[in-house]
Formats: sequence, structure tokens, C-alpha cells
Amino acid sequence: MPRNAKTAKSAATIERTADAVASPQASGDHGEAAAIARARTAGLRRALGINAVRIVLIAVWLGSWELAARHWIDPFYYSMPSKIWERLVGWFTDGTSQGSIWEQISVTLQEAVAGFALGAAGGVVLGIVLGRSRFLSDVCAPFIKAVNAIPRIILASLFIIWFGLGMQSKIATAFVLVFFAVFFNAFQGAREVDRNLVNNARILGAGRMQVLWTIVVPSATSWILASLHSAFGFAIIGAIVGEYTGADKGLGLLINHSQGVFDAAGIYAGMIIITVLALLAEWLLTLLEGRLLRWRPSVAGTDIQI
Amino acid sequence: MIELYAATKRFRSSGGVHTAIRDVHLSVGSGEFVAVVGPTGCGKSTTLSLISGLEPASDGRVLVHGRPVEGIPDGVGYMFQNDAVLPWRSVLDNVAAGPRYRGTSKREARDRARDWITRVGLAGFEGYYPHQLSGGMRKRVALAQTLVNEPSVLLMDEPFSALDVQTRGLMQDELLRLWSGSGAAVVFVTHDLEEALVLADRVVVMTAGPATIKSTFTVPLDRPRNAEEVRLTPEFLDIYREVWDSLREEVQITRERGTGNAA
Repeated sequence: MPRNAKTAKSAATIERTADAVASPQASGDHGEAAAIARARTAGLRRALGINAVRIVLIAVWLGSWELAARHWIDPFYYSMPSKIWERLVGWFTDGTSQGSIWEQISVTLQEAVAGFALGAAGGVVLGIVLGRSRFLSDVCAPFIKAVNAIPRIILASLFIIWFGLGMQSKIATAFVLVFFAVFFNAFQGAREVDRNLVNNARILGAGRMQVLWTIVVPSATSWILASLHSAFGFAIIGAIVGEYTGADKGLGLLINHSQGVFDAAGIYAGMIIITVLALLAEWLLTLLEGRLLRWRPSVAGTDIQI
Repeated sequence: MIELYAATKRFRSSGGVHTAIRDVHLSVGSGEFVAVVGPTGCGKSTTLSLISGLEPASDGRVLVHGRPVEGIPDGVGYMFQNDAVLPWRSVLDNVAAGPRYRGTSKREARDRARDWITRVGLAGFEGYYPHQLSGGMRKRVALAQTLVNEPSVLLMDEPFSALDVQTRGLMQDELLRLWSGSGAAVVFVTHDLEEALVLADRVVVMTAGPATIKSTFTVPLDRPRNAEEVRLTPEFLDIYREVWDSLREEVQITRERGTGNAA
């Protein structure tokens, strides 16, 4: 609880200064309501302070980069923030070397989302089935370990040969990356189901399928959701690497092309777009998680301290 | 109702074969409340898992309603030592789980659940999730969840051992109140002799593991009993002394064994 203690302390300091400056006569007579109001302002101020420091950090980082690129390092290799910004603006206004930027984004997103959906569905189903069947998991264990040991990125080359330069090969690459990430979590989640809960459900009259749907799946949900966060990142990696290996459209191709013409700013710009996409997906997943795991106790320390 | 003949259960463990219970003879009639006491870890709970059909007996015979136990027999309710309420379901849906599993419509299951939630004194908490409740309230949910199926055989495995003393007394009273007149046969496992005597018609003492039945005592206390007050009566102290004489040796044996590998 050190974080808690710190929050309380900083809130207390802010309260005290606020008291001293703004309301010397307020102490005591307002009671509860005033204390709550003060705690709320303290919380707001704290959030404001955190964001201010973040903005300063970004400004310092970008400023020093820009300055260094203008005076000491070669912007041809390392590029600089103003050039990257120019490249981004150019892509969105005039289009890229491969055509409209929106088309590239949409292609990459479609590949990532399709690979993610298929991989997650496959991983969850197989993970839960193997997690619940001792026999099947014993049979499959060495194969799964072997397949998991393959550096899966290499499969992208194979998929290009199998499925061609179109979307399928990228979806396949994203699929294998997502599948294993989700599979192992679903497997573990299905395996670690509390025996007590299963026995209780059986006594209450549940059949095998009812145990699966009402006990195993909900128990494994928090494991699975945890893996989905990193899995979407993997899906994007899969799509980009697939495009990088060989494609006719997409952000990966754009980055590959930028590399081909020694355009460092283009690589950075592509990176920024991908990061924004990944953060948006992360945000959506967090929303989903919040909905599905409403029953969980809230994490300690998020309450405003009074 | 419940009959065990020479029931024995062995488990294969890392160090060979471990016998949890051996040659247990026990019979419990309908409407009878039997408490099983014994030293910690002696295998009392194994008896319950044989009756419930969660584990098959290695030897001997186990009958419920006159039929050999294969799978989970009809009419069995089982309250576990640890919370077995579903954390992702509200109180209402937890209690409605049993009827839902047995094919009752959602509406009817919820109506019955509401009724039982009121009976265990949790009216108003239907929409709460288990993590929002206290330990005693979660036990009440578990009790309602078990009783909503109206079991004719009720198995309880130290259900109140995790509660503080006052809450435990309260829950014992609740249990007696809900059980009286239900006609259910109860097997209540506990290591707490006082609890056993407060609740039961008959107390069975088990030996240190591998457990078998050492002796059986009839509890000469009138019903209805008040769990808080009955323990202060002279009759209670007499029977307590008598049973404790028998139980003490077994506890002693377990302690001596356990000094090396503390339980």
C-alpha cells in the first residue's frame, strides 16, 4: 500500500495549503461535505499535475531531439520531429507512395482484426477443451510445445507462398501469433478452475456442459481477457510483419518502402500511426473487460481519500 | 437414508497408498442430525465425499435412499468448508443456480431463490456480488443455495469454521431453525466438539487417521435448542466431558504425529 499512503499524504499537503490560502475560517464548521469537496479538488489537482509533468517530459524529449538534429547529429539517419510531422501531414493530405493513407490503415487494421478474432476464438476454444481434458492435453502437449518453439515470424514467409501477397497471408501470420498467446492463458484458466466451485455445481445438479458454461468459462474469462490485451499487439505485429515480408498494400509495406528509400521520417511516421491504432484497440479492450468483469472487487487505492 | 458398510477410501499419493478412512459403519435416518468429530485432517471430509458420490469408495458399500451410490444421488445437498459461491453472480443468481441446473425456468428459479434469500435473512441483498458481503453473509448465501434444492440428505463440511465465534453461534441457530421440520438427514463434520453437541442428535467420534469410527454418543438435549444458551446447561457440560474423554486421545495422537510436520 505504499501508493495509497503517498496519495493520502500528497492529498493532505494540498488540502493544508488550500486551507491556508483560500479559507482561513472554513476549518471545522463545514464538516463532511467540505472534506469531500476538498478531497475532490485535491484529486483533480493531482491529476492535473501528473498530466502537466507528462507534457513537459514530451516537450523536453522532442525539443532536445529537434535541437540535436539541427546542430549535432545527421537528420538523414536519425530524422527529427519536425520532419516526421511534415511526413505525417503529407501522408494525410497528399497520400503516400502507395496511395491513400486511409487505405493502408484500413488494410492493416482489417488484417489485424481478422487475425485477432480468428486467433482469439481458436485459442479460447482449444485452450478450454484441452484445459478440461487431461487425456487430450497429455496427447497434444509435445506437439504444442514444438509448434510454440518455432520462431513464428518465419511462418510469414511460408504463408506468402501458400496464400499469396493478399490479405490472407497476413491474417494467417496474425492468427498464429494471437492463437498461442490466447491459447496458453485459456488453457491455464480452464485448468485452474476452483475444484470447490465445480463440485458445488455438480452437487447442485449441473451436468458436464452446464459446468463448462457456468463455471469453467466464467472462471477462465479473467485469464483470457488478460491475454487479449497483449494479443491485439501481436495481431498488429503479425499483420505488419506479413506486409513487410511481401504485400501490395498496408502500413508494413509503407514502412518497408520508406526503408528502401532511406526515409527515416517515413519509418517513424508509420510507427506513430501503428502506436495510435494499438492504443485505441487497448482502450476498447479495457472497456470490454470492465463490462465483463463487473463482478470483481475494484482495485484497492482507486478510491479518493478523504 | 444414509448407510455406510465397511466403507474404505484409499488415495494414491506420492509416498504410496494413503488410507483416508477405513471400515466406516454409519447409518443416519431421515430427520436425524449426526455430527462427526475427529482430530484435524483425519479424513472426516472423505466420508462426506463418499456419501455425495463425488468420490467412489475403494471398498465397502455406500447407500443413499437404499440405493448404492453411483454418481451424485438425488436429493443430496453439500455445503463445503470453503466458499463455493460464484463470485461472478449476484446473490439472487447464486441461489437460483440449483433450480436452474435442474431445468426450472428462470422466473420460477428466481422466485424460489428470493424466498430462500428472505428465509436466511438476506432480503435486500439480492443484487449484491459475493465480494461485497461479509463472511457470515456469504455463508448464508451458500446455505440458501444448498437449501433451495430442498435436499433430503444434507452434508456439511465444517461450514462455519472460518467464521468468528459470535457469527458462528448465530449461523448455528439459523441452521437449526431452517432444518427443523425439513425431515432432512444431516451429516455435519466438524473438529469443534462444542459445535457438534449444540447441533446434533448423535455425535460420532473418529480416530486419528486412517479414520474409523471410535464411538458414538447420543446427545440428551431437548429441541428446539438455542445455540448460545444450551452450552451453559449442566447436561451439556456432562455430555461434553464424556465425549471429550473419547476424543482427547485421538487429538493427542494427531498432535504427536504432527509435531514433525505441523498440520
